[in-house]
Amino acid sequence: MSGIVGYGAHVPIYRIKTEDIARIWGEDAESIKKGLNIKEKSVPSRDEDAATIAVEAARRAVKHAGIKATEIGAVYVGSESHPYAVKPTATVVTQAIEAGNKVMCADLEFACKAGTAGIQMAMGLVDSGMIKYGMSVGSDTSQGRPGDALEYTASAGGAAFIIGKNDVIANIIKTVSYTSDTPDFWRREGASFPSHGGRFTGEPGYFRHITGATKMLFEETGLKPSDFDYAVFHQPNGKFPINVSTQLGFDMKQIEPGLLTPIIGNTYSGSSMLGLAATLDIAKPGQKILVTSFGSGAGSDSFAIEVTEGIESKRSRLDLVRSIIEKHKKYIDYSEYLKDRDSIKKT
Amino acid sequence: MERSSASLWRKIRSRYNLVGNTCENCNANYFPPRIVCRNCGRKSKMVEKQYKGDGEIYSFTKIRVPPDTFKDEAPYDIGIVKLEEGPMVEGHIIENGIEPKIGGKVRVRFRKMYVDGDEGLIYYHYKFEQIG
Repeated sequence: MSGIVGYGAHVPIYRIKTEDIARIWGEDAESIKKGLNIKEKSVPSRDEDAATIAVEAARRAVKHAGIKATEIGAVYVGSESHPYAVKPTATVVTQAIEAGNKVMCADLEFACKAGTAGIQMAMGLVDSGMIKYGMSVGSDTSQGRPGDALEYTASAGGAAFIIGKNDVIANIIKTVSYTSDTPDFWRREGASFPSHGGRFTGEPGYFRHITGATKMLFEETGLKPSDFDYAVFHQPNGKFPINVSTQLGFDMKQIEPGLLTPIIGNTYSGSSMLGLAATLDIAKPGQKILVTSFGSGAGSDSFAIEVTEGIESKRSRLDLVRSIIEKHKKYIDYSEYLKDRDSIKKT
Repeated sequence: MERSSASLWRKIRSRYNLVGNTCENCNANYFPPRIVCRNCGRKSKMVEKQYKGDGEIYSFTKIRVPPDTFKDEAPYDIGIVKLEEGPMVEGHIIENGIEPKIGGKVRVRFRKMYVDGDEGLIYYHYKFEQIG
């Protein structure tokens, strides 16, 4: 089966603290920080969108993989904030990495799991021999209605993975998906902000699908939580991934390296992929990583991944996720945040 | 919508990836690409060249009174960057918490340059980030 040949990440430099959002709406910042386990979130600058974030991540992935971009036969970009309603983000990415014209290309949308769906599609194409390498990017500048609970978490970031059979840094042992029609979170065409079912997003949405996919993966591989060195679960807030990991029998030590939401928020399509990237940043040959994404609507993709010897020789070409997050951080206040998100009405 | 699709399309490779050209006759590098080499005239042998995007700030200025297109961006920095391969390129210097300085090392980044109204095209472009 195919594996990961390279990956790259991008997170914007701007941050807004939970306190700054809570102060505007007269809410208790400490209880929100504790309840959602989120300290601050990333905010895109005015000149960033899901396409620019995808390009930055994709370029880093090509550099890390050490391949020619023209060898990539498929590019998929998963996002729920594609800049155009009609005109693909994936063509912008394909052009920006100079992958040439002989490439299959499409935008994907499945709430927060479109990027991992793209990994599965790339795996299928690579394993069938139709392409040598495939790229999937999860990238979002997610929207949260002002005053809604989502405003504390909806953030921006993305990660790109290149799938292939040669020179892999990690083998994907198995992937499965658990899918159902669940109305937990949605955004209608033309609507500026998503709506959600409040507490309904928890048990019937997030927990049912993540545990469903992960248990299915255990059954099909014979692996159990203690067989994995690390685990990454989708991170809509900092609390759900901890709770679901406990339910499934994982401990904090296994999920900590990939748990990024407390410091960058929920990057939607980027979330579990950034978590995987941060985990691969520190993983050693032979270690196993479990990743289970979640997309509202709803579904989860679960992956069992085993790191290879190849990871060490490519590490010097990496921009580490936590270094990208911490290196150039700039805090903005709520009014700057509104301006950045084009939320100030001028006429 | 004011701008044409064709004008965007023609310049996409230059704007996304700093694709210019070089004269194989005298090795002069150009960005943006030129049809004829300044040195060689009709002896020019122009071939495409993609610049790495690394360079240093030759000069810069902070724009506080911007044209309408960038009215919500101000203040922002515009610089002339001397690419490692030689050409001098004008470009935006993105904010990253480091104040631009002459001689500062830069790396190319991919950003939105402008958006044509509510229904027009989005123009993506290279910008520079000072890294040291």
